[in-house]
Amino acid sequence: MKNSSENKFTVVIKKDCPTCLLIEPVLNELVASYQDKISVYVQDDPAFPSSINNKIDDTSLEFSYRNQIEIVPTLICSNSEQEVARTVGWDKSEWQQLTGLSNLGTNLVDFKPGCGSKSQDPGMEEQLAARFDSEKLSARKVELADSEDEIEACFDRGWSDGLPVVPPTSLRVIRMLKGTKKAPDEIIGNIPPDNLPCTIEKVAINAVMAGCKPEFFPTVLASVEAALQDKFCMHGLLCTTYFSGPVMVVNGPVIKRIGMNCGVNALGQGNRANATIGRALQLLIRNVGGGVPGGIDRAVMGNPGKYTYCFAEDESDEEWATLAQDRGFDRSESVVNLFAGEGLQPIVDQQSRNPESLAKNMANSLRSVVNSKLYGLADAILVVCPEHRRVLKQGGWTKTDLRQALLENLMTPGADIIRGAQGIAEGMPEKFKNKTMNKFREDGLHITSTGGKAGMFSAIISGWVASGEKGSQLVSQKIQ
Amino acid sequence: MTNTIMLDPTAELNPVEKQILPRLESLAGATVGLLDISKPRGKEFLDEVEKYLVEMGATVKRYMKPTFARVAPNELNQKISIECDAVIEGLAD
Repeated sequence: MKNSSENKFTVVIKKDCPTCLLIEPVLNELVASYQDKISVYVQDDPAFPSSINNKIDDTSLEFSYRNQIEIVPTLICSNSEQEVARTVGWDKSEWQQLTGLSNLGTNLVDFKPGCGSKSQDPGMEEQLAARFDSEKLSARKVELADSEDEIEACFDRGWSDGLPVVPPTSLRVIRMLKGTKKAPDEIIGNIPPDNLPCTIEKVAINAVMAGCKPEFFPTVLASVEAALQDKFCMHGLLCTTYFSGPVMVVNGPVIKRIGMNCGVNALGQGNRANATIGRALQLLIRNVGGGVPGGIDRAVMGNPGKYTYCFAEDESDEEWATLAQDRGFDRSESVVNLFAGEGLQPIVDQQSRNPESLAKNMANSLRSVVNSKLYGLADAILVVCPEHRRVLKQGGWTKTDLRQALLENLMTPGADIIRGAQGIAEGMPEKFKNKTMNKFREDGLHITSTGGKAGMFSAIISGWVASGEKGSQLVSQKIQ
Repeated sequence: MTNTIMLDPTAELNPVEKQILPRLESLAGATVGLLDISKPRGKEFLDEVEKYLVEMGATVKRYMKPTFARVAPNELNQKISIECDAVIEGLAD
């Protein structure tokens, strides 16, 4: 036990707290007994309390922040610069015991709870972290000139995809990092195409720029982990002359938690989570990976989904197996599925009232993925709308039945699609002439469901022409 | 007031400062704009510069700001950036 006569005391108070006002006589007693062994920090009014001379101005809240003050008043007892005990609010017996003054505050009530510390005001903790702990962030700090506009500065430095980005200040990045338990300096992996190591902090910076909220951050991290899976082949996807880019389909409870859109206009504009999560991955690949259009990105045309392409599955029907379930996950798990694809090709069917007719129609449309005479080249995601899902359900079909019927309907004689057939030079090589071909390789047709309740409009997301083991396969990553 | 500080979102391979465009490796075959800012004797000076540039194999195009007192109009900047590989500005009289 350390010598209690060497104890020092620190009290943190604010004027705006009735309990702090109440204990002013106590503070005077403490000063009288301990003189320079007591320090009084004041959070709001440095003139308070007027009866104490040597109080310390903590309106910057640095002391309160560094000492994790949650309640005022807080009394801290320390010995040899080490805290040995603290009490919060006014609890007469505790204050008497801690200070060793058995007559301390005898005229006051026995107990009065304190108030919240100013360092705990909403949003204040992150502000203080940015002010006093920004050295914990290791990214290079870029100071703007007087005349620079923040958003224009991001454009000027080449950090943008062509749309304005949210300027990544320390405060915003610290807030974003609150969205994960991972340490800022943890390496998530090497980001293609330059294959440079990337920290969680760098992902957070790009998520800020994309416009994400901290609660979106775990989904962003999972999307990065998915993109880094070898099977996904992000490097090749970024470099290709083809249209494709990463397409994200999100499953599980996270959809409702962060308010993703899986209803009306699910693949369109207007939902912050859908829009910014997809954009964060693209910005990361641009900024950390160096994947810049015209540089390593050699797309002939690209596609608008290379700004962002992210949506959630409609999981309202328990009997409909989700894409994540198809990939071996449980409904209770939140999952990001990443697919190399582009665009949206509609399948209009307002007449089919039975699954057989609908499946034939969908198969006809799926035949045109990439080129109606090229088979086994590109994977696809079939996006079934809720009304078409109803037709399947009323006919007693599950997703497995639909997939089976589609694959059967997509079998095609090689002679119909070889080069030169139908008077078209493009097509399958001659060697397939006497074979029966399937449009998709095994595991090359994925099925998900999303969209508004009205409208018999399903759709196809066409895949990269380098689908499969030679290029990219759909990958799934659990959101932590 | 302190200036805004942002965190670098890149892999930090390039210097923080705004980068100037890559310089021309040779003037041969390049189109060089000469921008007269409308100060006295600018024409005579730029005529001399033009001679040297032509000797080095460059094609020269001449431009003039409406007034030296103001920054060049956007239309003029855009016209120069479309038509030229480089520009030399005659800054003073």
